[in-house]
Amino acid sequence: MEMPVSAPRPSPDELLRRVQAEEEYERRGRLKIFLGYASGVGKSFRMFDEGRRRHERGQDVVIGAIQPMTPPELAELLRKLELIPLQSSGGVPYMDVEAILTRRPQVCLVDGLAYDNPPGRPNAHRWQDVEQLLRAGIAVITSVNLQYVAELRSEVERLQGKHVSVTVPESFLHTANEIEIVDAPAEYCMQQAAGGVPVPLPELERRLSQLREMALLLTADVVDQQLEDCMERQGAGQAFGAQERILVCMTPKANATRMMERARLARDRFHGELFVVHVSQPDLDGEDRAALERNLDLARHEGASIRMLEGADPVAAILQFAHEHRITQIYVGHSPARGWWSRFRKTAADRLIEAAEGIDVKLIPQ
Amino acid sequence: MSSSSPNNPGDSNGAARDAAAPLDKPPGRGKLKVFLGYAAGVGKTYTMLHEAQERRRVGADVVVGYFEPHGRLDTIAQLEGMEVIPRRRIEYRGTVFEEMDVDAILARQPQVAVVDEFPHTNVPGCQRTKRWEDVLVLLDAGIDVLTTMNVQHLESLNDQVHQITGIRVRETVPDWVVQQAAEVVMVDLTPRALLNRLERGVVYKADKARQAKENFFKESTLVALRELALRQTAYEVEQRHGVEGSAAPGTATAAQTANRTETLLVYLTADPSAAALIRRAKRAADYFHAECWAVAVSRGLGLEGVAPEHREALEKHLNFARNLHLETRLLEGPDPAVELVRFAHDRGVTQIYLGREHDGRWSFSAGHDFIKQVVRLARDVEVTIVAERKSAPPG
Repeated sequence: MEMPVSAPRPSPDELLRRVQAEEEYERRGRLKIFLGYASGVGKSFRMFDEGRRRHERGQDVVIGAIQPMTPPELAELLRKLELIPLQSSGGVPYMDVEAILTRRPQVCLVDGLAYDNPPGRPNAHRWQDVEQLLRAGIAVITSVNLQYVAELRSEVERLQGKHVSVTVPESFLHTANEIEIVDAPAEYCMQQAAGGVPVPLPELERRLSQLREMALLLTADVVDQQLEDCMERQGAGQAFGAQERILVCMTPKANATRMMERARLARDRFHGELFVVHVSQPDLDGEDRAALERNLDLARHEGASIRMLEGADPVAAILQFAHEHRITQIYVGHSPARGWWSRFRKTAADRLIEAAEGIDVKLIPQ
Repeated sequence: MSSSSPNNPGDSNGAARDAAAPLDKPPGRGKLKVFLGYAAGVGKTYTMLHEAQERRRVGADVVVGYFEPHGRLDTIAQLEGMEVIPRRRIEYRGTVFEEMDVDAILARQPQVAVVDEFPHTNVPGCQRTKRWEDVLVLLDAGIDVLTTMNVQHLESLNDQVHQITGIRVRETVPDWVVQQAAEVVMVDLTPRALLNRLERGVVYKADKARQAKENFFKESTLVALRELALRQTAYEVEQRHGVEGSAAPGTATAAQTANRTETLLVYLTADPSAAALIRRAKRAADYFHAECWAVAVSRGLGLEGVAPEHREALEKHLNFARNLHLETRLLEGPDPAVELVRFAHDRGVTQIYLGREHDGRWSFSAGHDFIKQVVRLARDVEVTIVAERKSAPPG
């Protein structure tokens, strides 16, 4: 099943950039994150168990941080590993980064990524401590609860009905070399959660399920980034994806409201990505330019990524963008009854259908 | 897998609830739980058996209906103390095969049955063709079932999986079957950890491992399959627990669009691309919570009016669509585009799905004239031209 892959030959600059990226990637410690959507799914257990296995395989593993309450099933695991005790300042515990850097283990386990450090520490947040360890070439395995991801905080607070103070930026999760989701049906976490949130069980299950879905999709997004990196490191080849990516071709005359409404619906249903492109036309008059701006504003409002493409051949420009961005569906407007210009456009749509290898083309009536 | 960890160490509460008062269980019908993975060796069977042990511990009556050890010691150790229903031996063309003994499980009537490898195809001579059909029988008899499958066996993902892996998976499970599960749980492991397991000979024996690594177990392939599994599990959660789309929740426009009813229509021909077209449209229909029709057009009376060389293929495609729970119709009329669009307008169809090739003719222009005609007639109905997904194994 080995098939020849025809990739264009990279330039020397491109090769150098790749080598440097590869070196940087090799020097830095690897970050692995166990992500759960609530307490009680077993993140810490999975993390320490991985530490135990690596220790048994001969890697130099230490524990850099544990959480205050240790469930009994963890105690046995913890006994097998070297612990660098937490320090504390004004009653607030913090990870002893200096001691870990001096000890220089291969792997450091950090339970609870979302803690804040006490005032006076060089880093305000524990995730920044972890970043420091990674820069020093120490691999870190850590656990984090979805509810502490900063960008999701308002949504999580709405669902959990409790205020979340400490956070980890989502962008930091995206730097993980590996992320593993610890998944379980909501019912597993309900007893623990029921203590804190006075809501009826079906409602609690619904809320926890929503958090669970968020955790799965966040992990999928991180994995998608890895897929891109992976294909980048392999030097292009043929791109493929696991996610729906929708591309809307926008023009001044397009019925942007309808196109964006349809594209947004598909994006939301598939949890996909939405791109809007316009291929620049040199001969636009002021009215057309204003119309285009209005249409692109609509697209911006929907949170689409917007790109202006250049190219003598609009179809070629669109398809090149589509292949580079692993697009799975292209939306184009068509209006059969609009004079010579729409006839030209119809031809463009025809050519798009003909040339769109592996991409669906959706014709939206205008 | 000797060092694999239990997926849910804190799950005794959940298991207790399962045994005592199952949620959402229609009276009399068993509950199905699917452990979903993305490759051999991620720990599906281990996690399933671990849960079976938890359920036993809290008093449930659990039997193993079918279990595939694959020689993985840690998984086999999870069987300890479990009652295993002996397999049924079936002779086929001089070889003896072993399959799950459904009748023996029904006679034993346990509360929970563990059934590995949901997508398995039974050897000819069994009462039912597929193991998932056997499982439906157990569920009908009020037995809860725990089962395992990989995401690449899901029917609607067949073309995407082919595109990613270069492999056309033959043993598929229709999406409506998986939709019957009370829960789908993702058994996750990073591709790197999986490749390490493979290297250490945990998943396969050495020579098979090398072969597997050269083919299926490439990092980019595994990463893509894993993403598919994560997104599929998210979708399954959303379906079961009424979770709204995450984008702009609660806004008036989002709610309005979500409530608008969609109806999809697929145009079937004898062309081999019809299977992919059906899968693609059905998947979209599922995501849009839409009705989905599949129609073909005969120029005469019934299948008699279909050109003889196309009749068999067309019938096969109509059957395939029915098996995936699409409503099918064979329309009659001299002009397929006219009949198709008339049907669309009569039924309030909002999206028409067409392939690029028609009537078995591979010439682009023939197909394209048809597309143009449909688009012109369809007026306000969207038309989607579905592309073929060619396999692109990573380099």
